[in-house]
Amino acid sequence: MTDTTQAVRQAAGTRTIRMEVARYRPGQDAEPVFQGYDVPLMSDWAVLDGLNHIKDQLDGSLSYRWSCRMGVCGSCGMTVNGEARLTCGTFLSEYGDGPVRVEPLKGFPIIRDLVVDIDGFLAKLSSVRPWLIREGEDLPLTAEYAQTPEQLEAYKQYSMCINCLLCYSACPVYVLDPDFLGPAAIALAQRYNLDSRDMGDRFDVLNQEDAVWGCTFVGECTKVCPKHVDPAEAIQRYKLTAALRSVLPWSRR
Amino acid sequence: MIDVLIVGGGGAGLRAAVAVAETDPALKVAVVSKVYPMRSHTVSAEGGAAGVIAPGDTLDEHCYDTISGGDWLCDQDAVEAFVAEAPKELIQLEHWGCPWSRESDGRVAVRPFGGMKKMRTWYAADKTGFHLLHTLFQTTLKYQDIIRYDEWYVTKLLVDDGRVHGVVATEIRTGRIETIPARTVILATGGCGRVFPFTTNAAVKTGDGMALAYREGAPLKDMEFVQYHPTGLPFTGILITEAARAEGGWLINKDGYRYLQDYDLGKPTPTPRLRSMELGPRDRLSQAFVHEQRQGRTVDTPYGPVVYLDLRHLGEAKIDARIPFVRELCRSYQNLDPATDLIPVRPVVHYMMGGVHTDLHGATPIAGLYAAGETACVSINGANRLGSNSLPEILVFGRRAGIAAAAFAKEHREAEPPAVRSQGEDERRRLERAREGGRPRNGRGERIADLRERMQHTLEGAAGIYRTGDVLAKAVDTLAELRERAEEARMEDSSTAFNTELINLLELRSMLEIAQTIAACALNREESRGAHQRTDFSARDDAAFLAHSLVHRAPDGTPSVGLLPVTITRWPPGERVYGRD
Repeated sequence: MTDTTQAVRQAAGTRTIRMEVARYRPGQDAEPVFQGYDVPLMSDWAVLDGLNHIKDQLDGSLSYRWSCRMGVCGSCGMTVNGEARLTCGTFLSEYGDGPVRVEPLKGFPIIRDLVVDIDGFLAKLSSVRPWLIREGEDLPLTAEYAQTPEQLEAYKQYSMCINCLLCYSACPVYVLDPDFLGPAAIALAQRYNLDSRDMGDRFDVLNQEDAVWGCTFVGECTKVCPKHVDPAEAIQRYKLTAALRSVLPWSRR
Repeated sequence: MIDVLIVGGGGAGLRAAVAVAETDPALKVAVVSKVYPMRSHTVSAEGGAAGVIAPGDTLDEHCYDTISGGDWLCDQDAVEAFVAEAPKELIQLEHWGCPWSRESDGRVAVRPFGGMKKMRTWYAADKTGFHLLHTLFQTTLKYQDIIRYDEWYVTKLLVDDGRVHGVVATEIRTGRIETIPARTVILATGGCGRVFPFTTNAAVKTGDGMALAYREGAPLKDMEFVQYHPTGLPFTGILITEAARAEGGWLINKDGYRYLQDYDLGKPTPTPRLRSMELGPRDRLSQAFVHEQRQGRTVDTPYGPVVYLDLRHLGEAKIDARIPFVRELCRSYQNLDPATDLIPVRPVVHYMMGGVHTDLHGATPIAGLYAAGETACVSINGANRLGSNSLPEILVFGRRAGIAAAAFAKEHREAEPPAVRSQGEDERRRLERAREGGRPRNGRGERIADLRERMQHTLEGAAGIYRTGDVLAKAVDTLAELRERAEEARMEDSSTAFNTELINLLELRSMLEIAQTIAACALNREESRGAHQRTDFSARDDAAFLAHSLVHRAPDGTPSVGLLPVTITRWPPGERVYGRD
């Protein structure tokens, strides 16, 4: 971010927009409450810029996560006016006269203010064995495994997930059942399953009631994904794979 | 007792962790990171990773490009080791599943890059760092014995009698403060772009590891060498990758003229020529921008002067195939489409060539303490890093540091000295006091953000693309004064759960230490070399300054700068020639 204060000074007298931000301090607040702040309505400010303005100039006690502010680190997912969004890529100007209501991602335990507990997701990520599974001798480190552009294309979109968790927050199954393996973890399993270099199929993890069979195919995950991954498709494809494998146990993928 | 404790969960830290786990599964290895590892700034790297693999390319040519690109300040033994190991590391990443872009026959594809005479930059479209980091992180999950301290912030290294014994860290989620004893520590916390106001660097890049080492007496090296990347988006500082120029993009001024031809970078050709024009090195391109600005040939915007990056002639299909993220970033953050519109760009702080002084194995002068990646300075980057050398650097030297630390930990099994416990207790009290500053009775003092901004503007004014002695001297004093003021900064949050204000305060104090070393080293180097350009000493001076800057923290907290000879093996200092052959 360049010269925030300077930009604000230049814009002195410009309009402001009301941000209503969910506050929750464990041990202090019985439940989240909203606190209102007026921030400058700058044409190129994202919701995250508004939060940073609050933190820097109005209230140092507000807590939230952010880092790259270019939509790739996946830290700044929050609920903005009811929708799961990356706040670095959601602009204040979208909300006209305001107010802009910022809450933590739904479906996760709240740690503090806008910060949620994502350790459950990290455990799910590990459970799908998101690494290349090989059998037999590896090639020496002088040669790569060949993979044509078409073979790359077969899994590429599933490799674009930034783990921002908007898909979990939007998923009606996950919000009711925190044990549901969920869109991003299943899409990642498919990212490896469909990779021509991978020899696993992760059947034991995926062919479960709270894994692919838990999905009711609402498709909200795909709609909210800021990176155009299609987890809903990943899940449906694996249902077919799993069904085939149940009938023909030796088949793969 | 942890055998190898790694601070930082980006590319260098994770590569080190796997190296330790593979060296000896019995060793206890831990990764302590202030963010979940996949959030680390490696994720933002775009263009690619250099490694000799294409027919017709040679290791010597990669060495020469790197050394001349670094204006002969690189240690050539380090460059030779780096260049030789880079291809193996990139293949290793391929074996771990990295989705490298491919040729039609299935081989890994390479693209041109700035300052490189051959095509040797591996890429995963234009999200190379993202794919590299996620591949590495997911691969570390296979090693279930790697202990992760996610969202823990290291505040101090425990050092006694010249030997490291662990760290003190706070768990951000709970505010718990712990002493974590360790036989070795590897610093892999990345750079410190946030000391400047306008940077491509993520919020996390606050120089923590550099400050941790520096405070305990380890010297920093070549801190005056700050890389300005020539093409950042004007408001956000978001990077538009050099790959955009490698694929054929042009830099034009307000008259639509490819101005680089006026700066001894070659003649414009319709398609890119290696080591020429838009594929020149970053320092020279950013300097050319300043001259264009002075001559009134840039365009003013509310966020400063800009030139334009023109990709329109590449066409939609090529942009979507090769640099789709550029298009996505321009659409989302600049409200334009590079297939039809010019992209406004200006130089932006991107990378620190300097860092914690290490040898070829990542070892610092403190026994048991290692550093790798942007935190460290081996040095392979000299006075100016070439684009696409930093990703292989984190892999090659992350691995080397991991192996070296593992060996050290196996040889040194003695118990920690008692002094370490009392250091840990002192640090706990210091942190609790800092947090107590956030009681409601306090409300005095200056805002953290205001002090941070003052630091950033002081440094930009003094240690920007062009520098002069008297301004630098003043900056050293101003930064010292800001450091004192930061001790009294205002805190509004005294709570223990996820207190980001406390973390911001500790980061600010680290950044101020680092900012001072940058200004002090820049003041001491009375010559112009690579990214360090002094208007009062405009020529390179090999007689006096073919040497690294080495800065120690004096007992009174001021930086003390000395020089260390550069290692020259096979490439004697010469002229940097671009576009003239």
